[in-house]
Amino acid sequence: MRSPGIVPRTALVCGLIFLYVPILSLIVFSFNNSRLVTVWDAARSPTLRWYGELLANAQILGAAGLSIQIAAISACGAVVLGTLAGVTLARFGQFRGRTLLLGMTTAPLVMPEVITGLSLLLLFVALEQVIGWPRGRGMLTITLAHVTFSMAYVTVVVQSRLAGFDESLEEAAMDLGARPLKVFLRITLPLIAPALLSGWLLAFTLSWDDLVISQFVAGPGSSTLPMVIFSKVRLGVSPDVNALATLMVLLVSTGIAVASVWMRFQSRRRARDLQLAAAANV
Amino acid sequence: MSGSPGKRIVAGVPSLWLLVLFAIPFLIVLKISFSEVRLAMPPYSPLLENGRLQPHLSNYAFLFTDPLYVRSLLYSLKVAAVSTLLCILIGYPMAYAIARSGATARNALLMMIVLPFWTSFLLRVYAWMGLLKNDGVVNNVLMYLGLIHRPLVLLNTDFAVYIGIVYSYLPFMILPLYANLEKHDVTLLEAAADLGAHPFAVFRRITLPLSLPGIAAGSLLVFIPAVGEYIIPSLLGRSDQLMIGRVLSDEFFENRDWPVASAVAILMLLLLVVPIMLLQRVERRTLEAAK
Repeated sequence: MRSPGIVPRTALVCGLIFLYVPILSLIVFSFNNSRLVTVWDAARSPTLRWYGELLANAQILGAAGLSIQIAAISACGAVVLGTLAGVTLARFGQFRGRTLLLGMTTAPLVMPEVITGLSLLLLFVALEQVIGWPRGRGMLTITLAHVTFSMAYVTVVVQSRLAGFDESLEEAAMDLGARPLKVFLRITLPLIAPALLSGWLLAFTLSWDDLVISQFVAGPGSSTLPMVIFSKVRLGVSPDVNALATLMVLLVSTGIAVASVWMRFQSRRRARDLQLAAAANV
Repeated sequence: MSGSPGKRIVAGVPSLWLLVLFAIPFLIVLKISFSEVRLAMPPYSPLLENGRLQPHLSNYAFLFTDPLYVRSLLYSLKVAAVSTLLCILIGYPMAYAIARSGATARNALLMMIVLPFWTSFLLRVYAWMGLLKNDGVVNNVLMYLGLIHRPLVLLNTDFAVYIGIVYSYLPFMILPLYANLEKHDVTLLEAAADLGAHPFAVFRRITLPLSLPGIAAGSLLVFIPAVGEYIIPSLLGRSDQLMIGRVLSDEFFENRDWPVASAVAILMLLLLVVPIMLLQRVERRTLEAAK
């Protein structure tokens, strides 16, 4: 292995600093006891004042609750639909409509959000006119929109996981007389389980984070957390938003740490199982 | 595909979902872009009136006569192009360094690149407001160091938008580049070096040409969403020059002109997405032919 030269290595260090300084500054100034946010008031800081104000803010808490519900439901929907689409694309070979499905699962990845948002809203309005459903806009329409754009990401994750191992296991089970559904549940599903977990987390994050599409398809009284934050920070920096950001960074990094430890544990267990199986065969 | 009912359901359900919630909506946008704005709910004229097709081309004519739209479209293309270029210049050496590190370091570094992506996009853009404003962190540090004596205007400039886009989209450039660079055959580079090639020549003659597909993939992932970007220019950008995504949203929410907003969307689609998808197809064909 050639070691990277001095130039790329310096660039990497600078780039990582660039990526992390803004997040660190959010965290530091969340403890600053000054409305000016970015001017450190050394005499009265650090303080937990903004965390207190945050937890007393019913609007933010309500929006966070709504966002969590939408994110959890739409992530589940996206995993189901994305898995079906991923299996179709990876395992069914060529069929009529494959190109269309492939296009519809890759286009959302690059589609500008304003276009997706506008088109979904116009769809919901037209549907309501023609069949009277969905009535008005709110949590339901936001959830449907989020399932649609995040299932594309799950499809990519599942498809690439399926492409990573060959079909011989599934074929062997079929040859031994297992029905397709049983093959899927007993063999394919356990194999792609890690992809489903990361796909769910990805879909949850995308939904939790989405502002533009939600703004289009939300109705009165259904403001998600990003919508509330956006209307707040449009007027300027605000210290309780810093506190909120710090809590979210903390939550996410804990979650990722737990997930990576769990995945390492799983792969170690799988390696041990393989060793045992090999030893038993000797 | 064999026509077994199980397979048909597996393939049919997601296809139907995307057809209804992704493909058909574009047809509706297309349809409304040909109607007239009305003071009603929904605020546009029906395309079929008295049994006759009544397409109005006035919305498109309007987009090309009022300089606001063309100018903001060109401005968006410029911002996206500059940001994509900056992402390549910053992301390439980073991806290169990661691809040439040891296995353990590589995983940790990749994790560090992806981690910010999992924290809120909106809050990461918001962080730059605090860094760039007149009494923000950057100005305070520069003044403390004595490099400047009065604060620089950084927020609400093109510069701030470039920073915001590069900051938010850098992982999308680094990951495809890394995936490409990591696959390169190191023995090729060693052979060239053994034959006396200068490291820069090795890079220019071997690594760079081999990594062009990675650059193309990363550029697509950065450029297209950047053209339609809404949050970053709203929070960090100028108020005298809007980007096209903001124009679309204002047309819709402020002016309640759904037909013109739809026409802007169709124009963006034609200008951006369609040519790029065609390009990708050609690329894939040539790749398959090369195999």
